[in-house]
Amino acid sequence: MLSPSPPPASPEPGSTASQEPGSPASPEPGSAASFGPRPAPRRAAPGVRAAPGSRPRALARRLLAGRPWRAGLYLLTSVPLGVATLVALLLLAVAGSALTVLVIGVPLLLTLVLAGIPLAALERRRLRLIDPAPLLDPHREPPGPGLASWLRTRLQERCTWRELAYALLFAFVLWPLEALAVGSVLLVCGGLIGTPAMMAAGGDGEARVLKLWLADSWPEAFGVLLAGVVLLPLLTWPLGVVARGRAVLTRALLSPPHSALDSRIAELDRSRTRLVDAFEAERRRIERDLHDGAQQRLVALSMTLGLARLERPAGPLGGLLDRAHEEASAALVEIRELIHGIHPHILTDRGLTAAVEDLADRSPVPVEVLLDVPGRLPRAVETAVYFAVSEALANVAKHSGATRVTVTGGHARGRLTVDVEDDGRGGARVGGTAAGNGSGRAGGDRGGGPDGSGPGGGGVGGTGLQGVADRLSVLGGTLLLSSPPGGPTVFGLEVPCPPADGRT
Amino acid sequence: MLRVVLAEDSVLLREGLVGLLERFGHRVLAAVGTADELTAAALEHRPDIVVTDVRMPPGFSDEGLRAAVALRERLPGLPVLVLSQYVQRAYAEDLLDASDGTGVGYLLKERIGHVEEFADALRRVSEGATVVDPEVVRQLIRRRRDPLARLTAREVEVLALMAEGRSNASVAEALHVGEGTVSKHFGSILVKLGLDVSDATNRRVLAVLAFLRG
Repeated sequence: MLSPSPPPASPEPGSTASQEPGSPASPEPGSAASFGPRPAPRRAAPGVRAAPGSRPRALARRLLAGRPWRAGLYLLTSVPLGVATLVALLLLAVAGSALTVLVIGVPLLLTLVLAGIPLAALERRRLRLIDPAPLLDPHREPPGPGLASWLRTRLQERCTWRELAYALLFAFVLWPLEALAVGSVLLVCGGLIGTPAMMAAGGDGEARVLKLWLADSWPEAFGVLLAGVVLLPLLTWPLGVVARGRAVLTRALLSPPHSALDSRIAELDRSRTRLVDAFEAERRRIERDLHDGAQQRLVALSMTLGLARLERPAGPLGGLLDRAHEEASAALVEIRELIHGIHPHILTDRGLTAAVEDLADRSPVPVEVLLDVPGRLPRAVETAVYFAVSEALANVAKHSGATRVTVTGGHARGRLTVDVEDDGRGGARVGGTAAGNGSGRAGGDRGGGPDGSGPGGGGVGGTGLQGVADRLSVLGGTLLLSSPPGGPTVFGLEVPCPPADGRT
Repeated sequence: MLRVVLAEDSVLLREGLVGLLERFGHRVLAAVGTADELTAAALEHRPDIVVTDVRMPPGFSDEGLRAAVALRERLPGLPVLVLSQYVQRAYAEDLLDASDGTGVGYLLKERIGHVEEFADALRRVSEGATVVDPEVVRQLIRRRRDPLARLTAREVEVLALMAEGRSNASVAEALHVGEGTVSKHFGSILVKLGLDVSDATNRRVLAVLAFLRG
């Protein structure tokens, strides 16, 4: 942004009229974005604005700061760029239309549609001349490599069309106006300043000033020159206003769309991630507390009871002791299983592959694990994928009637993919209220088989898979389920994930 | 009487274990709470056996196990009994791979409660035997399902008990059968699995474990 309109707000909150407004400590008015521990507000209140008497000095400071020249340069560079854009657009339109009968015209017209993209990129850079706040590229990263993917993404984006609109506006409306503004200032001031030179060149002792009146003496000519010199900095002010308006327009058209809904969605996304992280942290805390507290105490209790049994007390006491010992042992088994279900140690200690192999060891259906995941992945990814595979294997064991399961997967090009495939009867169904909003997420469950196995299990399993899909979607991942009647059933999951060892 | 170095970060359990070991007539040379202290104490005292927890400070991961494996390399033949609140095949394998797998034990911590069995396991490990928690054996047996399908249910039972590091007599007692029956079962297991092993109990255990681990 340009500096505010005169009288310009003091760049330093403390610089009231009593101070030297042109102090060298404030070369860039309007950009005093200071976050230091200053007691005064960043923007000066109206009462502490520079007094009107300091206007010439403020003007001089703005000149020294180079801002008017930047505004002039911004408008001036618009002209050749605008002309070039106009020519390019016209050429593409004409050549494209003419050659459409031949196939070559189609890509030309496509290029015309996309012409706004490079222009907008250039314009965003050029805007930095007068607006220090950078304008971010609103375009999305294409999901895959290749021209087709890039084209599809760009043509679907609203900002591509806004940029095309900008290009048309620029080529047909904006640059002529800018040329008019900057041209008239240059013409008026140049005409005044050049009067003595014209007089000298004319040789007849007179010169026509701006074709309006006649200067016929040297003092008059030099007076006109002086007027031109004085007028030039004054005229830069309207020029600055034009440039500023132009900058506002550019920013409005070329900035990433940032509606209230978008920012609300972004905030929801962040808060969901925070919730999942908090949920995960809480699970770990509960697991740790159980491990360090209740489980240790139960072991100690069991040990004490064991020692007491060594004394072999006679009568009913011995029997009670035996029973107490058995119950302590049973409690220990339960708490061990509970802790493992909350958050398995092996995942924390050894990573995803070892943890999935552990799942395979525990599965009642034989599981072959073929995972190629080198090193460690981010904790959130490991946890989500582990519980997804765990849920998939549990579903296989409960409903599929499968005799073999294969877990395959690997990490490539920033994505982790894992497939759980069984040789069961298939017919797993996708839950009716899947979270899918176009990203292919699926909540599903294997329905009870024709023999009616697992009555009522559908809802429970569906919730489990839905939970898995939700967790994956927080990470930007997807869960896909393919299960034709008769099988095989494949649970496929995919999560974006930085290269291995990117431990967070 | 065994000279023991003990590592366990929970004070409650550490003191309980010291009492238990002394109850069975062993001498606790040092009872420490971290893996580093364990290494230092074992190198200083050269005990008959080291008993350690897996999860210990500072990382509360598998420091105790790593220290035990490292100790085995520095003091070859040092018997090590590792206790864990949860069983992990991967941990057992680390331990079995440390040197030749003799004189190592890997037990669930909750087995301490069965004090006499625990004391027996401690003694056997100190004598160079391999003792593996039944839970680990169960995981191993689940993994090698295909060749094991040829065994009868009784033979699988015998195999599981053998893999834990028990002798014929101990298996016979657990299954309430005669020792002769056990040795007959075991012979047929070895034939079915294509294993060729001698009579020495521990070498047989190691062979079975090696088979189960694939």
